[in-house]
Amino acid sequence: MAGEKTVLTGVHFMSGDIACAEGAIAAGCRFFAGYPITPATEIAEHIAVRMPKVGGIYIQMEDEIASIAAVIGASYAGLKAMTATSGPGFSLMQENIGLAAMTEAPCVIVDVMRGGPSTGQPTLPGQQDVMQAKWGSHGDYEIIALAPSSVQEMFDLTINAFNLAEAYRVPTLVMADEVVAHMWERVTIPSAEEIKIVNRKKPSTPSDKYMPFMPDDLVPPMACFGEGFRFHATGLTHDEYGYPRTQSSETQMKLVQRLCDKIRKNADKIIRVEEQMLDDAEIVVFAYGIVARAALSSVRKARQQGIKAGLLRPITLWPFPEKHVAKAAEKAKAIIVPEMNCGQMVREVERAAKGTPVFHMPKLGEEPHTPMEILEFIRRYGR
Amino acid sequence: MRVEIRFAGFGGQGIIKSGIMVAAAACIYGGKHAVQTQSYGPESRGGACRSEVVIADDEIDFPKVTEPDILVVMSQHAYNEYAETVKKEGTIILDPDMIPNEKEIEGVKVFRVPATKMAEELGRRIVANVVMLGAFTAITGIVDKEALKKSIKANVPKGTEELNLKAFEIGYEFGRKVVEG
Repeated sequence: MAGEKTVLTGVHFMSGDIACAEGAIAAGCRFFAGYPITPATEIAEHIAVRMPKVGGIYIQMEDEIASIAAVIGASYAGLKAMTATSGPGFSLMQENIGLAAMTEAPCVIVDVMRGGPSTGQPTLPGQQDVMQAKWGSHGDYEIIALAPSSVQEMFDLTINAFNLAEAYRVPTLVMADEVVAHMWERVTIPSAEEIKIVNRKKPSTPSDKYMPFMPDDLVPPMACFGEGFRFHATGLTHDEYGYPRTQSSETQMKLVQRLCDKIRKNADKIIRVEEQMLDDAEIVVFAYGIVARAALSSVRKARQQGIKAGLLRPITLWPFPEKHVAKAAEKAKAIIVPEMNCGQMVREVERAAKGTPVFHMPKLGEEPHTPMEILEFIRRYGR
Repeated sequence: MRVEIRFAGFGGQGIIKSGIMVAAAACIYGGKHAVQTQSYGPESRGGACRSEVVIADDEIDFPKVTEPDILVVMSQHAYNEYAETVKKEGTIILDPDMIPNEKEIEGVKVFRVPATKMAEELGRRIVANVVMLGAFTAITGIVDKEALKKSIKANVPKGTEELNLKAFEIGYEFGRKVVEG
């Protein structure tokens, strides 16, 4: 059954969706369950062809609720597992994303954002799900979310997402947008040896001593079903053995605080940003995904006109890079936040900028912001 | 150098594929930077559809087309929508049988390539986009002819390579004659 190469080393011309699928396979993903939805369909389509040829499993499920449920099951059975969807499907997945967070099932969820709410504009881009990524399921928990802004990053960050999911036993989200997903660009795929792969920590204790939720440095080592360990997993509040403790305040506090802390206390290690011309920047543009490409162009144009502009691009949306924003805000006269929504990440920027004026540029519909539109804003505040 | 190209027509004409083949030719076989983006509606056929390519010597930051240097257009609807977005001194390559009503547009060179009719004469209307690509290559000279042929071979369904390359050559010859007047 297996036989095809898992890492397609070389230079390719690919779409973002295909690059994401190849990134997953290169990262070691061997299980994909999904339900097709524009603009994420091509991820499933490509994986459906490739997965059986590398010894993996592709299942089209009856809906997105079942898809994420199957992904959690596969993760517990020891496979690296992924699903891909867009807004309406992402909404359906929220409850089980909470289950993945609570049971600490490493998994990757790709949300290719289109125009919402509801079925909205299926073929057009949006960045309207970035707060849902953080807050979509009920209760306190933390996730990791990444925002690719090129086809190369659709490949690279998908690998990265698997590594983070495995390292922290946390659902990790790739928050792409329609433009990045459908765009075709050059992708360089390195050799398998050059790709860094992280696998979940395995227990070193004998099976009769194993406590599946006893953290080792905040993250518990993970035995998988069928490996000979006694194991109980539940969405109910559970102790270190995995057994429900629905009446214990102490267990609830300890568990939920740890689910948050394992990400919060490692935020500096997790967070990645791209900084361009920020050292002396008086006007900082904070932009992610496809909008960051327009923002970089506008910053370069502003520099040519003698305006000290710079770009801060969060590659990690969650945990939010608040230290980077605070540092950029110290020297800045203004921070401009163009987003393809009515105002989401801008609130985080305002919170972290501690008084430096923050201006939002909302945009919805077919086209992301153009460099000229952002440049006009930079000129307005750069005088 | 940054050249912006817009392909436009309706879903089913191979508009998106045209853009991908040109961008891949420039990038993989031509050693330049290139990116293709697209826009279409929820319908799989018949809806308005466009495919955009940016080719540049340097890395491309903004990948979308704002003011095309070249418009390749294959439907009246798309023509009405985009003809006036073309840069001054820019180029429009159109299929006159699909676009019976043209406007007066100042400062833009217009080339008429009856690609759909030529494809029908080849026996397959579906290769009209590739006839257009042949003409585009000869008229604009932006992408190397051999690079585009390699890109077509790599991107069309198996078993149709010969037909597509034939369509490309017919379009190329037509384009060459049009340019030479």
